[in-house]
Formats: sequence, structure tokens, C-alpha cells
Amino acid sequence: MRNLLPLIWRKIPERYNLIGSRDEETGKEYFPQRKISPAVRRRGKLVDHPMPRDGTIYSYSLVHSAPTGFEVESPYFIAIIELSNGVRILSQLVDSPAERVKMGAKVKLVFRKIFEDEAEGAIAYGYKFKVVQ
Amino acid sequence: MRSVSIIGAGMTKFGEHWDASFRDLIVEAGVKAVTDAGVAGKDLQAIYGGCMASGRFIGQEHIGALIADQLGLNPLPSTRLEAACASGSVALRAGYMAVASGMYDVVAVGGVEKMTEVSTEEAAIALGGAGDQEWELFNGATFPALYALMAQRHMLEYGTTEEQLASASVKNHANGVHNPYAQFQRAITIDDVMNSGYVATPLKLLDCSPITDGAAAVILCASERAKEFNDTPIEIAGSGQASDTLALANRSTLTAIPATTIAAKQALSQAKVDIKDIDLAEVHDCFSIAEIMAIEDLGFFKKGTGGKASADGETAIGSKIPINTSGGLKACGHPVGATGVKQVIELYWQLRGEATNRQVDGAEIGLAQNVGGSGATAVVHVLKRY
Repeated sequence: MRNLLPLIWRKIPERYNLIGSRDEETGKEYFPQRKISPAVRRRGKLVDHPMPRDGTIYSYSLVHSAPTGFEVESPYFIAIIELSNGVRILSQLVDSPAERVKMGAKVKLVFRKIFEDEAEGAIAYGYKFKVVQ
Repeated sequence: MRSVSIIGAGMTKFGEHWDASFRDLIVEAGVKAVTDAGVAGKDLQAIYGGCMASGRFIGQEHIGALIADQLGLNPLPSTRLEAACASGSVALRAGYMAVASGMYDVVAVGGVEKMTEVSTEEAAIALGGAGDQEWELFNGATFPALYALMAQRHMLEYGTTEEQLASASVKNHANGVHNPYAQFQRAITIDDVMNSGYVATPLKLLDCSPITDGAAAVILCASERAKEFNDTPIEIAGSGQASDTLALANRSTLTAIPATTIAAKQALSQAKVDIKDIDLAEVHDCFSIAEIMAIEDLGFFKKGTGGKASADGETAIGSKIPINTSGGLKACGHPVGATGVKQVIELYWQLRGEATNRQVDGAEIGLAQNVGGSGATAVVHVLKRY
């Protein structure tokens, strides 16, 4: 069995609380967190920075052929969300009727179970997004 | 830097090789390439092998040493290179640079993947490793889904249609009919693609390249010595490579693969040719949308017009710019580590006039574009007859 616990634990600030990075020098924001600021190709002045929890659907796909661990949810929506600060992240869409899943639709973050790692393995939680009216 | 040429090429048929092992595939392609080049073991000085995920597929790593061992070429230095689906091309580039630098005169370059010894689910996990494990796969993305996200955006921004995407697969199958090495040597129709069932909307099964076993190998030689072995060597006139963010969401755009454009500029500039001078190209059609973006990103067609150009037949053999005469990844098959090498073998045959029923008349300059992952690596080579 894989030991996913340390991986899940390390990612709690990002996956539970959507903490990314902001470079105080350039004002650019990043998610997931970065140790090196790509815009200046050095450490810069990166600090932890919470991402906004609302945005719009930049692109989406209804996944019919689901990977291991996601079979029971098939078909489900995967989307690239453009957060209101312009940062894009990939996430599942949940609680969103198909007719409301459209390019540009407004979404907000919800906290959900992502998957269970085998019978006695860890349960991974994190962000998903839902379409808001 | 000195000029480098391909002096021999060989590959296995691409397909489901239930009767052949990973090692058998390497030996078949390697022996064919060495025989074709007319080199002896004593002529070879180094080996570069591309392979993406042998650890996942067959539980074997240390592929560089395995290749030298199985081909009876110990103690030659032998190195494996990996860049997901562009592994074959980065191996080619390593061999190219080794000869161009003057370090070696003659080297062997190969690519191999044995993908059918695991279930489709296992293969999907292995291929998913080409994307971002922590921020894409973790969240339920699949590899087709990543390209689907690009396709959806391309359709929104440029009005590209699912039928236009399908036309790339249809054309590649039409070419595959004439390639005895292709996994699928049969024609399909737009309706076949449209009715093949969604994998990840808007991509359907027949928009996707298959799971394939295969190996491909070429022998590279300093051009100044190439005619010792071969009357019609083909020069690698330009080589370019670029990278981008591993995760799709972090890219500047979803409707292009910027690394392709950068790598192409490097390769074309080095070869001193314009994109208009290219007679044919092998591009990375892991999904139909990838071919549409490639023909735009390379500069054959203006951004946003690739879908229409494909549907209008402008990429067929005998048309404006023949794309994927081999059948591409879609019909020829996509043993990921071997694909980049197979692409240049197709160009080698075409530029030598040996491509039989799929021959592009008078082909003198060809281009190969190979992509790793959803665009985090792109490699472009320009080949010239001389």
C-alpha cells in the first residue's frame, strides 16, 4: 500500500485553504505555491498568500473514462477555473447541473473528499468548485 | 558544430506485440538500423535510448544498459533519456549533439515502449505521469481530459468544430493504410469518429492515439563521414527544444503549445529554412486537437484556422502541406518512447524517396514535432536531403 499520509499532510495549506504565493516585488500571484519566482527567475520576495475562492470556468470537460479511484463518480466535470485574481487552477466541478456548466459561468470553492486510497488508506480532501447562480 | 546525418533506420511494426518482449523490440529495431546503415559494432561509439515509463509498464529501469547488453554492444556508453511522449526526440537530440560536438563520429539512437503488458487502467496511470501528478491527476484529471480542456477552449475562441477535429484522425488513418508499420492500416470516416463515444468531451475514442508496443532506431554519423556508409544520407539540419510549465492550468494559453513555436524557431533558424520551405511534417497528434494546434503553432496555418485547413484537406498527401504521412500517432500508433524516433524515420524514408504508396513527390526538407505531456516539452527537428 502507498503511504500517502505525508503527501496529504504536506499539502494541507494549499489543498484545504487554497494558500498560494505572492511575489511582493512583482505583485504576481501563483497557485500552487512556488519557491522560485518564475517572472524574475530567483527567489524574489515570495510570501504565502490566500487565493480568492471565486472565479469563472475558463474551460471544462465531462470525463467519461475515469481514472482509478474516480470510477464511481463517472462521468464528472473537470475544469480549469480562472480565479478572480487571474490565477488558473484545475479542479473538479460538483453539485453543478450540466445545463449550468458553461464557459464563463461563475463558480465558488467548496471543500470535498477527493478520493480514498484503498480500503484502509488515507482519505484525501481538497477543493472542488460549484457553479453559482 | 559539425553537420550530422542519419545513415540508417529501422523499426518494428507498431501494434500489440503479444509475442515480443521489450527486449525483442529493441533488438529488432536496433539490428534493422545497424544493417540498413551498413555499420559494424566497431563503428558505433555510443547509444542514446528514449523510453518514458518502462518502470510502470514492465517493472524495468536502467534501460540504457539493457539496450547495450541486448545488442551485444558492451562496453559502449549507453544512456536513457526521458521526456514523457517526447523521450524519443530528446534521445535523438542527445545523439545529435554528441556527434555535432565532435565527441563521437557514429552513434545509435533508439526509442522503445512496451505498453500492453499492463491493463488499460494501469497504462492510463503511467501515461498520466506525463502531466502534473500533484495538481492534475490528484484532482481527477486524465490525460485525454487535459487535451479536451484545450480543445474546448480552441472551439470557443476560434469556432473549431468536433467534425474538424475528427478530420485529422480520418486523414491520418487514410495515410496509415499505406504504411506497413502502422498499427491501424484501415480507413475511417468522420461518422466513425463522431460515433466513437466520448472519452472526455469534446474528445471521442477515435480522437485519441492508441496504446502501442514498438521500437525505432536510427544511426547518426558526422556528415563528413556519412558517405562511407550511405549514398543518400539525410542531414539533421536543425534541432530545437523548449519547455513550459508541467501543469496545463499554469500556462499562458490553452489554445497553443508555446514550446512548439519556440523549438520550431530554433530548428528552422539553425537549418536556415523558412516554414514555407518544408515539404512535409510529422507532428504530435496524440489527440486530434494536438495536430490542429501543432500545424498552427509551427506556422503552417494561422492560429485558429487549423481546424478548417484540416477539414478542407490541406494537410493530405498531395495537398498544401502533407502532415503525418506515416499515419501519425493516431493510425501508426504511439509507443510513447519510440514515437519521436519513428517520426524522423518516416522523414528519412520520405526524403530518400522510399515511402512507396505514401511518398510525397520531390520531398527535400521535412520537419518533425514531438511533444511531451500536455506541452511541457516540445522538440522540433528539421531534416534535409543533400
